[in-house]
Amino acid sequence: MSYVEDLQNRIAKIEKGGHEKYHQKNEEKGKLFVRKRLELLFDEGMDIEDAFFANCMDDSLPSDGVVTGIGKINGQPVCVMANDSTVKAGSWGKRTVEKIIRIQETAMKLEIPILYLVDSAGARITDQIEMFPGRRGAGRIFHNQIKLSGRVPQVCLLFGPSAAGGAYIPAFCDVVVMVDGNASMYLGSPRMAEKVIGEKVSLEEMGGAKMHCSVSGVGDVLVKSEEEAIEYSRKYLSYFPANFREKPEMMEPKKIKSFEKSIKELIPANQNAPFNMHDLIKRIIDEESFCEIKKKFAPELITGLARIDGKTVGIIANQPKMKGGVLFPDSADKSAKFVQLCDAFNIPLLFLVDVPGFMIGTKVERAGIIRHGAKMLATMSEATVPKISVIVRKAYGAGLYAMAGPAFDPDCCIALPGAQIAVMGPEAAVNAVYANKMLELPEEERAGFIKEKQDEYKDNIDIYRLASEMVIDAVIEPDKLRDELTRRFSIYEAKNVNFTERKHGVYPV
Amino acid sequence: MQEVKATMAGSVWKITVKQGEQVEEDQDIVILESMKMEIPIGAEEAGTVKELKVAEGDFVNEGDVIAIIE
Repeated sequence: MSYVEDLQNRIAKIEKGGHEKYHQKNEEKGKLFVRKRLELLFDEGMDIEDAFFANCMDDSLPSDGVVTGIGKINGQPVCVMANDSTVKAGSWGKRTVEKIIRIQETAMKLEIPILYLVDSAGARITDQIEMFPGRRGAGRIFHNQIKLSGRVPQVCLLFGPSAAGGAYIPAFCDVVVMVDGNASMYLGSPRMAEKVIGEKVSLEEMGGAKMHCSVSGVGDVLVKSEEEAIEYSRKYLSYFPANFREKPEMMEPKKIKSFEKSIKELIPANQNAPFNMHDLIKRIIDEESFCEIKKKFAPELITGLARIDGKTVGIIANQPKMKGGVLFPDSADKSAKFVQLCDAFNIPLLFLVDVPGFMIGTKVERAGIIRHGAKMLATMSEATVPKISVIVRKAYGAGLYAMAGPAFDPDCCIALPGAQIAVMGPEAAVNAVYANKMLELPEEERAGFIKEKQDEYKDNIDIYRLASEMVIDAVIEPDKLRDELTRRFSIYEAKNVNFTERKHGVYPV
Repeated sequence: MQEVKATMAGSVWKITVKQGEQVEEDQDIVILESMKMEIPIGAEEAGTVKELKVAEGDFVNEGDVIAIIE
């Protein structure tokens, strides 16, 4: 056999991954082979692969269970690390870890995005001394991820388990896409939980994709298949520049879809009645450009990327249809991470405000709503990208502050006619101010008195009064909102400010 | 069987279905009032209202069962 034939044979063998029976097992679960995943992910396959021969002295560990390299997505080069679950369940040995660390170092040097295609049982305990505790042990992977965070986009596609320490890979990514039924994250498996703490629980319940995408918020996007996960990730990356130094690429501007109902007809005049904020979003963004993040988690606040006239914007919008659009600890968390994501990669922010305030009561106080709310305010306040705040219907209490109200340096705060800005709504305010007076009044006079005081209050917070005091910068016809936003974002693009000088803030986390 | 639960603390403002009534997915079962807002609570799946656990004016906490649908 010639040297060349020998090389070809070795390549052919390694390319096949692990034993056939593991391929079959994966197929039964609807899981694709790692090289097939990469073929679907990249525009035209992987351009560069390094350490293909890692651990090739051991026939049972092709590429040491991970593929690392560079390929193009939407024409842009990106780094990738992809576990091969046909090789010892995608577990990490010494070389697996070294390969992951090296591709991260490459992403750092080239300042290009990195994707983690995770499907791994965790550490190979038999190899722990070589891969766990040292300077270039698994801890280094997370150290690198933290360093890369905000410098280049980091995306996690979770196709299988991400167990124990490995679960920190998704935790440090900007976005985590989870395949329903196969993806899971947990520090200790259900078996371990039963042995150590006596809890009996299923994997789905404790660390499944649905749970993480709707309850814990560790997952961001729930998908039905690996193909869908890959498609989402490709779309997601189209909104981002390669790194924090650059701006997102502009796309061909698209018209908005035409709708029967105008924005004006969409918004109920009654401040207390629900409506679907998604219907408003659709009427101001380019057709089909919405890429929602954390759809199932804290749905009372909508976060997502979109394009207005071809340009990327990050939208944070209250959803009156869910929980009245009230802010909770989870919604505050959701906003904080999303605002950081957009600010890191020069994506302008649009706040669509219809908020009755932060939730009150024992439950949320015990959950630390003050500290979570503070986090929401801090990230929004710190963001130096163009920021526009639109008061769609109401902004009460600290809700105004959290949604980029005038005091937080938005480039402008505009209102739709009929919008109300106040410490609290008319009903609550009249109750608070006239509680004693109302008790003294004879029953038959009470209703009339309340109505009179509420009307007085409404006049006092009239939107033109606030415009006259220059609290808001403009009052806009609802159906001219898109044009207004297009013009303003295009002008604010030139913004170049530094928030403040220091090492870093000390906010609640 | 499906338990319809309160998504947040508040009082029951209106019950919009009757026991035994057929409901569709997403159809409102009750409307809570909380934080001065109307909070519709819908059915996750279509079915028949087997039991209503609350009356108008009741206070409910987040997670309390409002109705059972079969």
